[in-house]
Amino acid sequence: MNMVIPAAIAATPNGTTRPQVRIVIVGHVDHGKSTLVGRLLHETGSLPDGKLEMLKSVSARRGMPFEWSFLLDALQTERDQGITIDTTQIRFRTRSRDVVLIDAPGHAEFLRNMITGASQADGALLIIDALEGVRDQTRRHGYLLHLLGVKQVAVVVNKMDRVDFSAARFEEIKNEISAHLTGLGVTPTAVIPISARDGDGVAGRTAKIRWYRGPTVVEALDALEPARPLQALALRLPVQAIYKFDDRRIVAGRIESGSLAAGDEIVIMPAGKIAKIRTVEGWPATPVKGVQTAGRSVGITLDRELFIERGDVIAHVGDSPRDTRRIRARIFWLHDKPLTTDASILVRLGTRETRATVVAIEKAVDPGELSSVENKSIARNHVGEIDISLAHPLAADPYTDNPRTGRLVIEVSGRIAGGGLVLSVDAGQRAIPVDIVPVESALRPDERSARYRHNGAVVWLTGLPASGKSTLARALERRLFSNGGSPVLLDGDTLRAGLNGDLGFSAVDRTENIRRLAEVATHLARNGHIAIVAAVSPSGEDRAAARRIADDLFREVYVATPAEICESRDPKGHYAKARTGALQAFTGIGNDYQPPTNSELTIDTSARSVPDATDEIERMLAKTGILFDELVDLAANI
Amino acid sequence: MHLLDKDSAMDQLRWNGPTEGSLVGQISTDARSHQPAMDHLDALEAQSIYIFREAFARLKKLALLWSLGKDSNVMIWLARKAFFGRVPFPALHVDTGKKFPEMYSFRDRYGEEWQLDLKIEPCPPLETIDPTLPPAARSAARKTDGLKLALAKYGFDGLIAGIRRDEEATRAKERVFSPRGTEGGWDVRDQPPEFWDQFNASPPPGAHLRIHPILHWTEADIWAYTKRENIPIIPLYLAKDGKRYRSLGDADITNPVVSTASSIEEILTELDGTKVPERAGRALDHETEDAFERLRVAGYL
Repeated sequence: MNMVIPAAIAATPNGTTRPQVRIVIVGHVDHGKSTLVGRLLHETGSLPDGKLEMLKSVSARRGMPFEWSFLLDALQTERDQGITIDTTQIRFRTRSRDVVLIDAPGHAEFLRNMITGASQADGALLIIDALEGVRDQTRRHGYLLHLLGVKQVAVVVNKMDRVDFSAARFEEIKNEISAHLTGLGVTPTAVIPISARDGDGVAGRTAKIRWYRGPTVVEALDALEPARPLQALALRLPVQAIYKFDDRRIVAGRIESGSLAAGDEIVIMPAGKIAKIRTVEGWPATPVKGVQTAGRSVGITLDRELFIERGDVIAHVGDSPRDTRRIRARIFWLHDKPLTTDASILVRLGTRETRATVVAIEKAVDPGELSSVENKSIARNHVGEIDISLAHPLAADPYTDNPRTGRLVIEVSGRIAGGGLVLSVDAGQRAIPVDIVPVESALRPDERSARYRHNGAVVWLTGLPASGKSTLARALERRLFSNGGSPVLLDGDTLRAGLNGDLGFSAVDRTENIRRLAEVATHLARNGHIAIVAAVSPSGEDRAAARRIADDLFREVYVATPAEICESRDPKGHYAKARTGALQAFTGIGNDYQPPTNSELTIDTSARSVPDATDEIERMLAKTGILFDELVDLAANI
Repeated sequence: MHLLDKDSAMDQLRWNGPTEGSLVGQISTDARSHQPAMDHLDALEAQSIYIFREAFARLKKLALLWSLGKDSNVMIWLARKAFFGRVPFPALHVDTGKKFPEMYSFRDRYGEEWQLDLKIEPCPPLETIDPTLPPAARSAARKTDGLKLALAKYGFDGLIAGIRRDEEATRAKERVFSPRGTEGGWDVRDQPPEFWDQFNASPPPGAHLRIHPILHWTEADIWAYTKRENIPIIPLYLAKDGKRYRSLGDADITNPVVSTASSIEEILTELDGTKVPERAGRALDHETEDAFERLRVAGYL
């Protein structure tokens, strides 16, 4: 009994309002993926006019029998090898929806292409040759569908004509694959016996499979649902960039889950800073009213100037992701070189990237074999669980809480080499910022600046030990104070005696020392004071971080006194001690001072007097909008 | 619909800055008024904006290839949405000198009106092109060489191109961020994996990336979006005397198709019933089975 389903039903006029579902076809090489796709296109009346005839004539010219798979093997390279090497996308219509079929290669060598294709899919068709049964690549693809988060899987048992449409053989394969998939947490939506070459089970239930009661392939495709945006979950907005094209400071990104609106109280992770959304910006019309939901690319402005950068994640206060330097993940590996313990990698999670080290590897296994487990390395096309130590903290969720912020990719030499799911997140040392409610100052900035005759600023003096930073800082402090201003001196050594007493001189500790100095100084500057920081701050990267924290308030002064003069001054006796070896890690003797390249001012104190150098700093502050007074040209007075 | 000879989109560009009423403290969120659920075009738009912003964040020197056609106009529109009204990188027109006059007047008008940083680069003469290519492909290959010259001149590390997967079989295999060799060539056999919107954005020195923000759109999507957003188009796309252009290239190797569609609505209805491929009017696609693939491997769009 032939029961052909009329498949191609006219769509709505603009062709774009019907639900669209993307389905990837996966399975072992030569089990008939391309043939099934070709057949589906034909059965649903989706082939362009003349395409079938053109390919039939090409086959005849080449002396090959026509195969349905030729429809897809559009590339020369593929025709030569007879295998699909990259994903191809084909569109057709079923009764209720537009289908984008992604044909992924079954060859193990091209697993990276299978993953590229499958990661875009809402659902999957897993194809198995009835004669060959479940093979290693069948299992591997099943496992990867699970790792990629593709939950809807329909299984197709193809080439039933080769086993005389045996119901017993079908049951055997059905039981084996169902057990495998269920073990991975994926329940197949259907298992369908077909012959893609002859058409049985594709669009119609033919007499040869009359013992089968389930849906045809077309019906099974119709039952797969488009993936929905994750609106019901907590807000996660990974920051892509901060734009300052005009007087707006727009934080741009895509809402991966949840929703947001102007007025929402948000927390910026991993730093834990709190702000309110002032507006949602748009174009051509702006601001945009109403609630913005998951899936939208948005731009927002905040009610206060905070240091925020690409890679941060915006969440609602009280419902934020964890900040962490340690992640456990289940990953698949695609790189030629196996991933080993202690490997140095680049991790991308959301829009954040950070260097990282693989601390431990467990349960490494070939998902095709599912036998030999090892714990030293993960070979190409294998999967495993790894512990990762991150060079910088990031915001993440376990994938069971949020599939978007719970997945990561790994890059090696600038190329994506693997990816996987976040199993667990070790929270960092920072207190969860739920209880932190910043109290704003009672004074407006203009009240302060009217009294002080200056805006707030961070004047950052950097240079070798004994280059004259503290001397200049004290002179500047005195000068500004005499003029009625409000300077505050933050000397690196002074702060190390108290606030930073827990820090040593390792690279990590120096970074933290600078971060604290910058945070304190920025707080003072935001409250109208001029914070004068005198700190060796040898690392260019640390100073760049300080500049990012203070943002537009930052004024760097490079005290560029030559090294030999610094050593001859040596007021604290550090150079002498370092020369005798009594002082380790002393900047000045080694070569570890990185001179600034973009400082607002450079001063060599060996070439000028202290008042003269102070004048110059004052002029720079006036020119860059910190000091209000119309300065007479002090140089002219000399 | 918004034609070249009608009012421009300038009136939509005025920015309504934040008002006192939008300041925090005066906002109550007791009833969150939801935007209508995202439809298909909203989803396409959001994805394209995401791609634009990733490209802008991760590459140093970008340019957008503006071919003046419907697809690249949608691209410019999406870029303006992504960057709140301005396109923060040059629009590059690699000019064969053989486009339709309507295309040049469109370029002159909207290059200015959209405040594009327009860079017009010529193509080398036909005599310099591989003579073993069939005539139309050879003619089109001038553009590939013009592009290489422009790349060498400006040192772009990323080129944003408006190709779509549904246009043509080899384009279906493209990545969103697609690395090109130092010669501009595409190694389809060794494409890096790309998933979860994580893109490979580190081309080796001397090489560049092609970025494809509308790879996932279809021809019908482009028209439906053009209509919804009121994006200007070149009138050649609309039927005149029973014919219209479905795709615009060089005047000498592009032919109109039989059509009565004189509005975007009618184009959409026409597309819904057609089985004729979009590039049917492009001679270079049909000369030999592999001519187009050869062009693409060599760096053609």
